[in-house]
Amino acid sequence: MNWLPSNLFVPLFAQQSTEDIAKIVSEMNNDTTTPMSAVERPADLSSNWLSSEFHFPEAASTFAVTGDYYSIDWLYMFVFWVCVVFFAGIVAAMVYFCVKYRRKDGVIDPQPSTSHNTALEIGWSVGPSFLLIIIFVVGAQGFFDMRIPRDDCEEIQVTASRWNWKFTYPDGDSSAELHLVNKQPTKLVMQSTDVLHSLYIPAFRQKVDVVPGRYTYFYVVPNKEGEYRLSCTEYCGDKHSQMRTLCKVHATPAARKASTQWIEAEYTPWENGERLYKINCSGCHNINKAGTGPAFAGLWGKTENLMKGTVKVDENYIRNSILYPQQDVVAGYGPISKMNSFKGKFTPEQLNYLIAFLKSPAEKPQDNDKPAEGTGEGEKNAEANTEVH
Amino acid sequence: MASAEIRNKIFDTPETNYLNHTRGWKSWAFTLDHKRIGVMYLIGVTIALFLAGAFALVLRWHLFWFEGGFLSNEMYNQMFTLHGAIMVFSFIIPSVPAALGNFVLPMMIGAKDVAFPRMNLMSFYLWIAGTCCLAAAILSGYGLDTGWTFYTPYSIETSTGVIFATFGAFILGFSSIFTGLNFLVTVNTMRAPGQSWFKLPLFLWSLYATSIIQILATPVLGITLLMLIAERTMHIGIFDPKYGGDPVLFQHFFWFYSHPAVYIMILPAMGVISELISVYSQKRIFGYSFIAFSSVAIALLGFLVWGHHMFTSGQSPMVTLIFSAITFTVAIPSAVKVFNWLATLYKGSILLNTPMCYALSFIFLFGIGGLTGLFLGALSTDIHLHDTYFVVAHFHFVMVGGTLTALLGGLFHWWPKMFGRMYNDMLGRISCFLVFAGFNLTFFPQFVMGSRGMPRRYASYDPEFQIFHQWSTFGASILGFGILMSFGVLLYAAFYGKRCGANPFKAASLEWQSSSPPDFHNFIHKPILHDPYDFDSQVYDKDLDTYIPRELADPKTVPPRREPVHH
Repeated sequence: MNWLPSNLFVPLFAQQSTEDIAKIVSEMNNDTTTPMSAVERPADLSSNWLSSEFHFPEAASTFAVTGDYYSIDWLYMFVFWVCVVFFAGIVAAMVYFCVKYRRKDGVIDPQPSTSHNTALEIGWSVGPSFLLIIIFVVGAQGFFDMRIPRDDCEEIQVTASRWNWKFTYPDGDSSAELHLVNKQPTKLVMQSTDVLHSLYIPAFRQKVDVVPGRYTYFYVVPNKEGEYRLSCTEYCGDKHSQMRTLCKVHATPAARKASTQWIEAEYTPWENGERLYKINCSGCHNINKAGTGPAFAGLWGKTENLMKGTVKVDENYIRNSILYPQQDVVAGYGPISKMNSFKGKFTPEQLNYLIAFLKSPAEKPQDNDKPAEGTGEGEKNAEANTEVH
Repeated sequence: MASAEIRNKIFDTPETNYLNHTRGWKSWAFTLDHKRIGVMYLIGVTIALFLAGAFALVLRWHLFWFEGGFLSNEMYNQMFTLHGAIMVFSFIIPSVPAALGNFVLPMMIGAKDVAFPRMNLMSFYLWIAGTCCLAAAILSGYGLDTGWTFYTPYSIETSTGVIFATFGAFILGFSSIFTGLNFLVTVNTMRAPGQSWFKLPLFLWSLYATSIIQILATPVLGITLLMLIAERTMHIGIFDPKYGGDPVLFQHFFWFYSHPAVYIMILPAMGVISELISVYSQKRIFGYSFIAFSSVAIALLGFLVWGHHMFTSGQSPMVTLIFSAITFTVAIPSAVKVFNWLATLYKGSILLNTPMCYALSFIFLFGIGGLTGLFLGALSTDIHLHDTYFVVAHFHFVMVGGTLTALLGGLFHWWPKMFGRMYNDMLGRISCFLVFAGFNLTFFPQFVMGSRGMPRRYASYDPEFQIFHQWSTFGASILGFGILMSFGVLLYAAFYGKRCGANPFKAASLEWQSSSPPDFHNFIHKPILHDPYDFDSQVYDKDLDTYIPRELADPKTVPPRREPVHH
């Protein structure tokens, strides 16, 4: 039943090339990685609207297996059919009665008929209850599958803050995108540093709120490799709609490790700084577009107007702004800055990386390609300190 | 049997009525007349509807482009918050009970006024004060960006005008309690002699059930909002995790009111539909007692299901299971009503005029709104659909497709009574069609994008959802035009419509035995009590061109009673 014209209104949309769209999407999402599927995939209306492919995004977890009687997709389609049958019956009866018994020539002439029938009324009260019980039981079964993790779970720590996700893996690596291993039961142990958030991955059909002041957990067994959209679904303020990132399911733990591992000594200070920026700063500071905080491009060396007076953007100013954000608030962002202090969260080396990054945030400096020289001891501490929240 | 002279005196359009028996703004501002208060409430809630509706259209056009149109994120967040807060607290909750109910309820029981007329006026002024507080949140320049749900700890931290707005909602709560209390006492103590509970029109049963919720649940909202204000100003540490509080506790408190509030919004609408379906089918409502008790059942069960807003909040799985089970039981009384309305149509004499078209739209749209609740009541599917556009579509089908449609239907039904003039029925039906078509185009695509994973409250979104948003935006524009048109048709009729008689629709409930518009005292004769669904009790009077009770009609022209149907 491909009765929905898939090209309706598309002309308005097709004026932009894929590259343009990719650029806009990437800027929208705080310059962090965006799954290409979110850019390339147009609204696919061609699939059969009576099948779960039409109603759902692609399925990538055990909760979404089509055909499994307790899966979400199966239950959704079951309820869908119950609704279609009941609704069609209701509307058909309504239309039929309105046509058949419509008032003709203004003559009021209702035909005698009973105004109550206890057996009928009890019947249509009790009858549908059986369907409701089926829906309830199957829904509850599916729910407990989603809420009770298996014992062999890998645990990944999630820290949500306005408007960044940070994922820390058992081996100590951390990243701004979520990297999982296919078929590996995983439990995300989540905490929030500020307000409510909610971690939602439509392809997994799973969603759990992240509540400040307590741990919540998100359990999933991914079963398909690929890149999926991860969004915040509990309203959390200005950039709620930009608190989106990527969830990547890898084939093997080794492949995952290759994506998450980050040895600071192997990268330039600028690259280390960019990584720290993506995990910690990009929620509020875009590179090019001023948002909740000032943009970073062109910041270095310029004279910034503050709430009181001006300041030249140099190492001291950057350090001050990161550690004591309420001290020198930029004009237009006050009187009280929305930024929390990062005191104790960055090591001196990491502050250096960030400064290196801020000197040229828009593009990687060309002439500075050799690896940073780090003292072995310092690197270790730096790595360990990123885990401090 | 009365003479033609008496009939004319009772039923002909009077020279003085409640609208013109006194003049000047003071006679309105200090009136204790339930009819005038009802009309003032109607004007108030209509302004709130247009204000919040304008916000909705701005939001929809902003979302026409996936990267967001012309609003900054901050503006977008403030706009959806004010859209929700004004629609819920200032429009939907008072719409049917305080505007239509105020006008109709005392007349339906043959009374002169409500039990506490001063309290009734106070309720209206509290409504103004509360709405002004909400509006002050905008005008003060701080705005409000918490969402209408005021979830903590965001509402504790944000720099916007949360205290103003929550204080406004607090005051509006009292307005709602006053109306509810008034209606309870009025229905209990002031029914016409011989009017037993089972001779009440079903609209009154639904208003009665609503009133029970209003006076039992609204105080909880008041306490919650006061605690929120205390938390913001004094950090008492009840909701804020920084001070040892629990943000999920706020959600429990909030939904303990706000879920029953959903039934404050929909029950009166169901009552209106029960009236319209039976009058325009000219047939006794099918299963009176099932409909009446289903209202009470919904009101009571509505108190036990608040946790279904929190399936993903991390509350205990066992509690979640229980809330899901009770949620499904609410489906049954709602379904019973729909089946009974359909059975009422069977073998009726169905007039497809404007109010009936709205009533049939209600059955269609509420059918979808109610059935999609099954997806959300079931635990596993709710996890996927929670906080997506599926939920947005679901509650708009119930709140707009249900309550707003019923309000419009009720207005077209009682408008001739309120102003003594008839509207243009063809234009009315066109407005109904526009509302119906625009509404479906707006919200149907939202189901699909919701189940495909489009989260709520997003100022920008992934390009794959753009096509759905574009349909939705076009639909919203049509819907907005349809609503404007329906109010235009009504407003024109109130001033320039053709004069109409006391009972143009052959309705049998007592309010139709007053003149149109009614006298200040409602009735200048003692109304003759029939069963409210015994339409054969009314007969056509040629001289008056309207329907009057058979007892008062000219005996020479009265047709014999129809075959008594089995009751």
